[in-house]
Amino acid sequence: MKQHILPALKLTLICIIFFCGIYTLIILGAAQFTPNKGLGETVSFKNNVVGYALEGQNFTADKYFSSRPSAVGYNAAGSGGSNKGTSNPDYLKDVQSRIDSFLVHNPSVKKENIPSELVTASGSGLDPDISPEAAYIQIARIAKVRNLTEDRLKALIEMHTQQPLLGLFGPATVNVLQLNIDLDKLN
Amino acid sequence: MNSELLGIILIYVTTVLLAIPLGKYIGKVYEGKPTWLDVILSPVDKFFFKASGIKPEKEMNWKQHLLALLTINFVWFLFSMFVLMNMSWLPLNPDKNPSMSADLAFNTTVSFISNTNLQHYSGESGVSYLGQLILMLFQFISAGVGMAACAAVFNAMKERTTEKLGNFYNYFVKSCTRILLPLSIVIALLLLFNGTPMTFKGKDQFVSLQGDTVNVSRGPAAAMVAIKQIGTNGGGFFGANSSHPLENPNYFTNIVENVSIILIPIALVFAMGYMLKRKKLAWMVFAVMTVGFLSFVIPSVFYEMKGSDNISRLGISQNRGSMEGKEIRFGAAASAYWGITTTVTSNGSVNAMHDSFTPLTGMFALLGMMVNSFYGGVGVGFLNFYVYIIIAVFISGLMVGRTPEFLGKKIEAKEMKIATIIALLHTLLILSFTALSSHLYAHDPKTYAAWLNNPGNHGFSEMLYEYTSSSANNGSGFEGLGDGVPFWNITCGIVMILARYLPIIGPVAIAGILAKKKYVPESAGTLKTDTSTFGIMIFAVIMIVAALSFFPALALGPIAEFFTNK
Repeated sequence: MKQHILPALKLTLICIIFFCGIYTLIILGAAQFTPNKGLGETVSFKNNVVGYALEGQNFTADKYFSSRPSAVGYNAAGSGGSNKGTSNPDYLKDVQSRIDSFLVHNPSVKKENIPSELVTASGSGLDPDISPEAAYIQIARIAKVRNLTEDRLKALIEMHTQQPLLGLFGPATVNVLQLNIDLDKLN
Repeated sequence: MNSELLGIILIYVTTVLLAIPLGKYIGKVYEGKPTWLDVILSPVDKFFFKASGIKPEKEMNWKQHLLALLTINFVWFLFSMFVLMNMSWLPLNPDKNPSMSADLAFNTTVSFISNTNLQHYSGESGVSYLGQLILMLFQFISAGVGMAACAAVFNAMKERTTEKLGNFYNYFVKSCTRILLPLSIVIALLLLFNGTPMTFKGKDQFVSLQGDTVNVSRGPAAAMVAIKQIGTNGGGFFGANSSHPLENPNYFTNIVENVSIILIPIALVFAMGYMLKRKKLAWMVFAVMTVGFLSFVIPSVFYEMKGSDNISRLGISQNRGSMEGKEIRFGAAASAYWGITTTVTSNGSVNAMHDSFTPLTGMFALLGMMVNSFYGGVGVGFLNFYVYIIIAVFISGLMVGRTPEFLGKKIEAKEMKIATIIALLHTLLILSFTALSSHLYAHDPKTYAAWLNNPGNHGFSEMLYEYTSSSANNGSGFEGLGDGVPFWNITCGIVMILARYLPIIGPVAIAGILAKKKYVPESAGTLKTDTSTFGIMIFAVIMIVAALSFFPALALGPIAEFFTNK
């Protein structure tokens, strides 16, 4: 034991210098070459920062495309999911009430067409996206509130649909913040 | 074909294609042969050895290996306890986060030095940036320890009779500087240029489009996320781990991070083939691991893409599968695939909430950790597999009536005793502690009401998962469990310590004892261990020892939940 203590102490000290210090500085240095200098990319609208490009935010007003439910209320300083099991009766009641409320706000939508992601919470509570189907299903409501034609909204969603990686891998997505900013620009 | 399925096939194929050359590189590093990174890294290694007064060429026997390993881990334990309990006044704390209580610091310390990275705190509010940097340090060095132990076992498996198994510090330092560090830098760069933050500035604030005031946590995340993936650590920077959009911004980074979860575990198998010049043995081990892995992944992906039966009954569309706890940009398939890769290896990072998986996917995640050697953690995954090999050799030796031999060494009572104890330890720890917590809850549900976030069978699964994750040194969780209390902090801490060090001590001891024995050259009567027949034998042993002994517990948790909600 004794013969190992001194090397262990010294080696630990060098590891601290190297892996906490030098490695961190290398990555921090490299971050200065990224467009946002490692601070996280922000999105501006009318000269104000209105959000972080990667992080979702709460959209509940009828005039905006709704984002997904969030277990933490889109708290970007305390991420997390609901951690509810899909068999939990209280949880299923929550989902049911989200469905009911969606139907009230979107009277023209049939229940069986509601995509489950619009009534279930994401893992991070900060999901920035919805699926294209989840965007299309909200068109009728927004067209009515904003007095826009459905075709214009359809075109807007198409423009904002991020296709799978290289057209092949993973799901298609729509970034809700970007979509809503452009929606505000339409009026 | 479905683009979500194509995505996960791409991830797996990329991983294997990268692991084969990486395995050869790792083999060269442990053998001390020249590699193309020597120009930069040889001086670095020399500095490490010189400054800490270590002679890397001085060989150690297996006992000296273990002594060195345990001593340095003890130093880390004390150091980490000190930092975590004093973060509030130490530097690099712009968000004014508090220090940890003693039981939480104990849990977190054990969790990070044991390569588990179970997190009973939340990254945004529970640690300072200094704390994060120290936890990042442990992600390097705890992975390095597992790999060093594995390298010593590879060395012991060679065809010769010796007590000398290389130098622990040599393997340890080179694992960190030559394998983990370069890979981490590459991954961190890829993350940086996709938007993961790397800054020492504190929280930011803005007013959202809808008019809400939002605080945004940031920090030196890119550096930490890289090593948490490549070192099978899994300790995330943010609370939501790799489901957090800053920690895992898009589908491309998801591929990068998911590949890094199992890259080194697979590469180590090929490194063994290279070091022992037994390519066929390496492919046999790889095949057994892959069959096990696929048998967990395929049904999990199927069930997550199919969606939850309970949600179907509410009468809405589940085109995207079961989406509770999942992110749109990854989808159900990539979330289920990640869920299994992170549990069969001892990684434990998540890109979806495991608590919200459909019941059987939750079971396969549990099984991944119960077996803990279908690829397994960096280094330690192979050590677990090695124990199963020893048991399989012994059983098949008995079946054909020959002296059990593995790679020219006779396996006798002493080695078998160690192997059996190690194989059963995992079962013992998980089941007895789950029994204890279930007993407490069942007899006094009011006092312990805050523990469980879900009722019934799923609540039991939450407790079973926590101890399985601790004992497998995994670190993922059914996070609904209210685990930030002394009971869970302390019991999980004890499980993690025992389940980390004993399964390193055991295999290293067996390998050391075998290495000292006389080498018996192969003859016509030798049981061939690199054949598919023997592969099936190992698979059967793993399934019987690991999977079946947990069957009653699984029947009470996920299986019962599955059938009652059908």
